[in-house]
Amino acid sequence: MSLTEQSASPGITRRQAWAIFWLLAAGVLAWMFIAVWPHWLNDILISKKAFVSSIFNGITLAGLYFLVASGFTLVFGLMRNVNLAHGSLYLLGAYIGYEVTSRTGYWLLGVAAGFLVLAAIGLLMQVFVFRRLEGDELRQTLVTLGISIVAADLMLAVWTGNTYQIGVPHWLDGAIRLPIVSAVRSNRLVVLAVAIIIGVGLWLMLNRTRVGMMIRAGVDDRAMLSASGVNVHAVFAIVFAIGAGLAGFAGVVGGSALSVAPGEDVRYLLASLVVVIVGGMGSITGAAIGALLVGLAEQIGLVYFPTYGIVLTFVIMVVTLAIRPQGIMGKVQ
Amino acid sequence: MSEAALERPAAGRNILSDIGVRQVLLALALLLYPAVASDFFLTQIGAYSLIWGVLALSLMLLAGYGGMVSLAQITTAGVAAYVVAIFGTNNMNIYGFGWPWWVLVPFAVTVAAIVSAVIGAISVRTEGIYTIMITLAIAAAFFYFAQQNYALFNGHSGFAGIPAPHFWGVNWRDPVPFYYLCLFVAALCYAAVLYCSRSTFGLALQATRDNPRRMRALGFHVVAHKVAAYGLSGIIAGFGGVLAVWFNGRISPGTVDFGQAIDVLVIAIIGGLRHPIGPFIGAVFVVLIQTFAIDIVGAERYNTLIGLVFLVIVFVSPDGLLGLWQQIKPHLAQKSLRSMPSGGNGKSN
Repeated sequence: MSLTEQSASPGITRRQAWAIFWLLAAGVLAWMFIAVWPHWLNDILISKKAFVSSIFNGITLAGLYFLVASGFTLVFGLMRNVNLAHGSLYLLGAYIGYEVTSRTGYWLLGVAAGFLVLAAIGLLMQVFVFRRLEGDELRQTLVTLGISIVAADLMLAVWTGNTYQIGVPHWLDGAIRLPIVSAVRSNRLVVLAVAIIIGVGLWLMLNRTRVGMMIRAGVDDRAMLSASGVNVHAVFAIVFAIGAGLAGFAGVVGGSALSVAPGEDVRYLLASLVVVIVGGMGSITGAAIGALLVGLAEQIGLVYFPTYGIVLTFVIMVVTLAIRPQGIMGKVQ
Repeated sequence: MSEAALERPAAGRNILSDIGVRQVLLALALLLYPAVASDFFLTQIGAYSLIWGVLALSLMLLAGYGGMVSLAQITTAGVAAYVVAIFGTNNMNIYGFGWPWWVLVPFAVTVAAIVSAVIGAISVRTEGIYTIMITLAIAAAFFYFAQQNYALFNGHSGFAGIPAPHFWGVNWRDPVPFYYLCLFVAALCYAAVLYCSRSTFGLALQATRDNPRRMRALGFHVVAHKVAAYGLSGIIAGFGGVLAVWFNGRISPGTVDFGQAIDVLVIAIIGGLRHPIGPFIGAVFVVLIQTFAIDIVGAERYNTLIGLVFLVIVFVSPDGLLGLWQQIKPHLAQKSLRSMPSGGNGKSN
């Protein structure tokens, strides 16, 4: 597995080519059903509109979940640190994005502030807290838990229990006509586009840059990386900053597409947990697959069996654990 | 961790021989507490601490002896509480089959044990730090399910008006009887955990925690031991859930949410996971802070206070208040005693 990856030239491998082929084939099949829409499908799926919009909402939600979970899985993969304060970082990013956007009027400035401020906070957390507890995973996790309790309470004190909506520029606000779905809010599409860009960017960073190479080496064997002269602490600090920054970034994007309110921290922490359990710890591709499964399951569950919707997500998790305890793309330690 | 296992006496040693002056004094103090305490201190502090202590004890059994930090203990307790509400009596006119308490309580505890064993069977497929994530996800799934589902859990409002039983001419929800009821259950669970820790099963569980590979090689069924530990902790959590539902008189998804799941862990960690008395110390400490936080930081910022205390404990003493005491104790003793091997225990951090 690792051998083939190393020998991969800038082109695509045989396996990736087949994956693209099957994806296209599945897409064509789905298109044939959706374009024709035979009558008997109405009996199962209520209506074409309900089905297509639930799929579409599921995919955009998956984009948001991927943004949150990618930072979580990156940190976990390298440092074996289950950051239970990840949800708090998301929410803090959203609040900072709201403050900056509403004061300056520039949405992009809010997005940048959300990323940068949280990256700085992540850096501080790594340097002052986690480095002191290195090698003690349980205590690190408990510390993040303590931080999340305090952070949630302090954020409640500052921003109270109100619900905020981050104002988006007019070019993001409005409806776009799509071929199948009648009309969607364009900021939903933006979430999806941003998720894809970030996903591709992360993949390129991990696979094509020197820092990415160090991170991948650290995931596989931390001691060996350190022995070969790399400053592991600097790599950890970079990864934690990126992970926290991504959480803050996701917070601003999520706060623009949906809303910002206390309790969202727990929601996105849990979503990240389930996404990385299903997708596999430490894998960006796994996070994408997990986010897609969880997002779709949540929205389809919401439309077709409202009172049992959560069970669908739960079943996906249990089935994954039963068949592949390390997650779909996870590696056996 | 391995030194803790070595300190423990061998299997089969009689627990009664360990009872010293301190234990007798503590038991007397707890038994005589109602004589000096007002109703508020008896119920809101005494009984409430004991209930949380029982819940945290169920986690201590798993985390301390089995090395599995589960956040789903509140879920197990919640299942027992919902069983009491559904099969017992409630004033919501939904279900409420009115089973007598002596059928209801064993049934609720059994269901809790089974649920806990199932949670265990799911989560032991992965190890170590993953357990926290998976049990947290399970606890959250149960919370959302209970909140969405009206057919079984009556959704957001849950069940209210669940009475504690009346028998032997006593209303067991009155302050003094309820305190003694909680004390009795807590003492029973405490003794059971202590006994379990010295039984063959308990020793095998601790060995599994310290070195699962070696235990597997020795022919022990590691997964079965872990699932059985979940089942046992489910029994204890089930008792805690039954007491809690009698205490509150109601059960709703809010009782089994994320915050409560975290509270159980916070109490167990603050108290200490080394010894079964730890969770009760943690529970008294947290309940006292919760009650008197209004005077210290105002009612609003209670969570900040408890979170900071939790952080300090995690940083300073990995074994909680219990470990803190063991760090301080050698310093209180004579200087010459400090160099003794038993004093070295506190310095290892």
